[in-house]
Amino acid sequence: MRRRNIKNGLVPAMIAVAVLLVSSCTTVKEYQKNKLNDAEMALANRKVEKTELSFQGYREGSSGANAGKSGGGCGCN
Amino acid sequence: MKKIFLTAAMAFALLHTQAQTATPKENTGFESRKLKLDEINLVSSYYTQNGNNAAVTGGIGSQKLNDIANVFDVKLSKYDSKSRKHTFGLEVGIDHYTSASSDMIDLHANSSASHADTRIYPSLSWSMENEKKGTTWALGLSSSSEFDYQSFGGNVSFSAKTKDRSGEFTAKLQTYLDQVKLVQPIELRTGGLTGHGENYGSAARNTFAGSLSYSQIINQNLQIMFLADLVQQNGYLSLPFHRVYFNDGSVHQENLPDSRLKIPLGFRANYFLGDRFIIRTYYRFYTDNWGVNSHTADIEVPIKVTPFFSISPFYRYYTQSAAKYFAPYQVHTAADQYYNSNYDLAKFNSNFYGAGIRFAPPKGVFGLQHLSMLELRYGHYTKNINMNSDIVSLNIKYK
Repeated sequence: MRRRNIKNGLVPAMIAVAVLLVSSCTTVKEYQKNKLNDAEMALANRKVEKTELSFQGYREGSSGANAGKSGGGCGCN
Repeated sequence: MKKIFLTAAMAFALLHTQAQTATPKENTGFESRKLKLDEINLVSSYYTQNGNNAAVTGGIGSQKLNDIANVFDVKLSKYDSKSRKHTFGLEVGIDHYTSASSDMIDLHANSSASHADTRIYPSLSWSMENEKKGTTWALGLSSSSEFDYQSFGGNVSFSAKTKDRSGEFTAKLQTYLDQVKLVQPIELRTGGLTGHGENYGSAARNTFAGSLSYSQIINQNLQIMFLADLVQQNGYLSLPFHRVYFNDGSVHQENLPDSRLKIPLGFRANYFLGDRFIIRTYYRFYTDNWGVNSHTADIEVPIKVTPFFSISPFYRYYTQSAAKYFAPYQVHTAADQYYNSNYDLAKFNSNFYGAGIRFAPPKGVFGLQHLSMLELRYGHYTKNINMNSDIVSLNIKYK
């Protein structure tokens, strides 16, 4: 029941956030992207995090939705 | 006057030549089509953990483990005659670990063959970006080999940018075709198998994943991304050397269903606050048909002490419910169809925190021109079920 409530609440909340953010977009010209192009602004995991993501994938029951591996390898230990 | 004119003309000619050399893409198509080295990265890490709920010994016993990992990758690129950018990647990773729990596959050995292992995982990638159309196609192949596990992977993806280049949609398909060597706990072996080098059987484990993502620039300081995966795993999803002790004291191999459907949904938002702070956030909701539901929230705040040096404290909170097949030591009964005592599938929450430092000076790290970036990061991880670990990672970039 609790799981259902979380799912029921989460999806509309994510859609609302998405609509709100996307609707507030402004056009950013290439010469205005100096901050967005900063290496630490990348919408991706940092390379140095690679092995952290591996151990988290092994030590936790969930994985995925982080542009990393979603299968393969065993995590035997 | 003539001398001044000649000197000025020569200086102009020299500057013009240098300008042509500096911007080959605009002026000389031949230069731009050469394969060039984009970057080389080395990521090294040392990981150590401790705990008292090892799955090899049925949910009790030491989880002490040390792992040293090194991943080396090279990225090359070139433009073709249609001005499409081709990027080629080669990555090779090597891990070496020692594990107290793996050592207990043989309960009577002081140090068995399984106490240490090495994993090698090479991969190849290729992508073709059409900058005019804003589209990218990519392919990848990967492999991972260790004593008791072999994995082959393949992936294909397509990305398309929106007309104003502020958004990008990506679709990706991945598959992993794995073989698990059936190394049983020593007391459950039949036919006289005793240790390393024996002819174990193997079983297949296959993973098929579809991923969708959409990134969007909101304004000059904010960009966001939505991620969604659908992952189906089939085959032998247990690990053969994980013991489960029933309430009558009998010992069994872990037994899990041969199918698992996972649905993770993620969201990232990165915000540049003022001129010195970046706020990197990530949230993930995960659910699967084994009963595991989890939430992950991550925040990292890089502080730019100078434009080329930053300090990045981070914090990650994770919470999950237990898989419906999990029970602790001596709780499962003979009536259970599926059983497992692996605490990675138990109910728990975890905290992961630490900090990183990043140097990317324009003249190179330590004055070495091609050593363009160095990043060092430390993190401490704790579960509320008496397991903790530490990890130190280093990334060096050569450009």
